[in-house]
Amino acid sequence: MPHITLPEGLPGIRSLAVYRPETGQPLYELAQALLRSGSPDSTLTSAERELIAAFVSKQNCTAFCMNSHAAASRYLYGDQRDLVDDVLNNPDNASIAPKLKALLAIAHHVQADARTVSNALVAAARTEGATDGDIHDTVLIAASFCMYNRYVDGLATLTPTDPAAYEAMGERMGTLGYQVPKTT
Amino acid sequence: MPYIQLPEGLPGIRGPMAFSPQTADPLNALVNVLLRDNASRPDSSLTEGERELIATYVSSLNDCFFCQTIHGAVASHHLGDDDWSLVQSVKCNPDQAAISPKLKALLAVAGAVQQSGKAVTPELIAAARAEGATDLDIHDTVLIAAAFCMFNRYVDGLATEAPNKPDLYRYRATRIAADGYASQDAYMPPGESTPVAGTN
Repeated sequence: MPHITLPEGLPGIRSLAVYRPETGQPLYELAQALLRSGSPDSTLTSAERELIAAFVSKQNCTAFCMNSHAAASRYLYGDQRDLVDDVLNNPDNASIAPKLKALLAIAHHVQADARTVSNALVAAARTEGATDGDIHDTVLIAASFCMYNRYVDGLATLTPTDPAAYEAMGERMGTLGYQVPKTT
Repeated sequence: MPYIQLPEGLPGIRGPMAFSPQTADPLNALVNVLLRDNASRPDSSLTEGERELIATYVSSLNDCFFCQTIHGAVASHHLGDDDWSLVQSVKCNPDQAAISPKLKALLAVAGAVQQSGKAVTPELIAAARAEGATDLDIHDTVLIAAAFCMFNRYVDGLATEAPNKPDLYRYRATRIAADGYASQDAYMPPGESTPVAGTN
């Protein structure tokens, strides 16, 4: 049960955005900017951005964010959707580009302790072709999911357990992006 | 030195905000609601100074020098803490600090959020309610703590630079208290243009 009175029947961050649209609006705008638009010189696709979000959410053990962003990433990867679970299970063995692997390593350090991101980690990502925008966006995606995860878990919001619920969410996120849910 | 090419002379979060205006806008909107606007809602019992103390406390737990110093300076500005001793006591030992029992209980919630959202227990929430915390107070405390787990990582994960002159933070605190959080205004006091790197 949530720690405060929230609109019934809405899961995770959606219940919080309807409860307080003043903060919901910038939180959804931030997600849209980071997971869809990206920095001008960034080479990351929307599918890869969603994967970084799911990866960090898994590290934080936030099932709602991990399952919903993994579903969005699978939807956006299309035929290559199996990569998502490969990365979540073991990023080192997944058949993804070395650049994405190097950026996931940076995201991992941002989640654990941002002070441990190092020149060596950044240089490794640049060697694989990461741009300033890729590095910026990776750091802020990882940092922002350390916020979204704590917000969703810290207020004990509703977390659906039916995988079909997440598949529907993933398709909506993959097609419509992030729009604040309407207050009903 | 920052890991990416940032505009010169902009310390802390202002460098990445200038690099990425499209994310700076929602980030500033978020802190303006959480640290300023919501203080005047009828269902809030947290003042601007108390909200800044929560941000400072979490930034201190995350060991983020820039964020704990600027938000500590803003908290001190609001609370008449001229020598910064109150802020220092909240960072070192909130249980012994000269703050209300309600704020102590909410700082305990914020400290749990800093560890993990799942560390927030019904007992911590009940203790805050027993001291008079409202739903909005609890919501805002959790989101302020969560948001600073983001801001701190953004600032430190890109290795941004931080000034070390207390007077510059005092000056910035007066500007923020008057005008709110923004990414377009001049950072330095009028007539001073020393690049940040030169102050370290």
